[in-house]
Amino acid sequence: MGSAIAQDVLIEIGAMPVLVRTSSPEFLHILRERYGGFVNSAAQPVFEFEVEIVRPGGIPDAIGDDDLSVRFEAGRWVLERGDFRAELDPALRHGRIWQSATQYAIDAAFRIVHSLLLAKQGGLLVHAASVVRNGRAFLFAGVSGAGKTTISRLAPPDATLLTDEISYLRREADGYVAYGTPFAGELAQPGENVRAPLAALYLLAQGTENRIDPVAEADALREVLRCVLFFAHDSELVGHVFDSVCNLVQRVPVRRLTFVPDFRVWELIV
Amino acid sequence: MSPVYIARVKEVAARSIGGEMMIMSARDSTLFSLNETATAIWQAADGVTPLSEIVQHSVCARFEVDPATALRDAEELVEGLAKHGILKLSDQPIEETP
Repeated sequence: MGSAIAQDVLIEIGAMPVLVRTSSPEFLHILRERYGGFVNSAAQPVFEFEVEIVRPGGIPDAIGDDDLSVRFEAGRWVLERGDFRAELDPALRHGRIWQSATQYAIDAAFRIVHSLLLAKQGGLLVHAASVVRNGRAFLFAGVSGAGKTTISRLAPPDATLLTDEISYLRREADGYVAYGTPFAGELAQPGENVRAPLAALYLLAQGTENRIDPVAEADALREVLRCVLFFAHDSELVGHVFDSVCNLVQRVPVRRLTFVPDFRVWELIV
Repeated sequence: MSPVYIARVKEVAARSIGGEMMIMSARDSTLFSLNETATAIWQAADGVTPLSEIVQHSVCARFEVDPATALRDAEELVEGLAKHGILKLSDQPIEETP
């Protein structure tokens, strides 16, 4: 049962504060639990969401399956999955979401919104674990099963985990900066809300020894593109993402990290 | 045989990376990589120079290749690129659209 009074939560991921407004105390509680380390009430929002909690089956124009659809129509982004529908107006920086009171739908909506916002700023969301060590960030990219969670679990005590699933990269004047995200994989543990300059990106491969090999720029582009989260088939945004990945592989060392599931792999990451 | 004109499609993103021309179709995000010869043709695809001239000036003058074979290979290449929607083909010069 919702309250008549809407309340706000400001969730700042990657230095992009997004305000979520809901009149559901239950959902508000879920948001604060889920994104606790990323709540920043003092920030100025770059986007606002109104979330309307609906009963299962009560999502307007629901597509009724688990496939995600993202399309741009009549000046708005329309996001649809079986468990939510969202309409986002990029000009007004405002959106509405219809969903049940769970974290899964808002989590998906956040990933999509951040990927859309980042695309025009030269930033990227990447299927990668990321870790800060000695003040520098390292990304470990790979598709599902490549070892993102494994390499995260093996990280030494002096390492700070930014995420074991979705890495957040922004382009800044001196290069790329990795931010912590609440988007967790099998570790089921949000990353730390900190940032650090990106020192290297490793393409994960599991093998019989720990080894780092160079990767040619063109191969790096192909492989990193496969790991980038991007949902919209929009020609302008696809161009931005392509340019961003080209810039990334030209400015940041990309190497292949072959590893056995053993903590000694971290001796190579310094 | 009428001349063939070729023009790069605007809805693609292209960048030379590590010596390879990488092209991404904005329509379906497919990534293509062109070899040196294909890159020379792609870069010369201005919509107004016939393909035969492009092959003569940009391929035969730079690579050791038989002109007839080069033209045949180029025709195959541009047809393939056109099928993927990253190049336009016409028997008339292709006007640049704003």
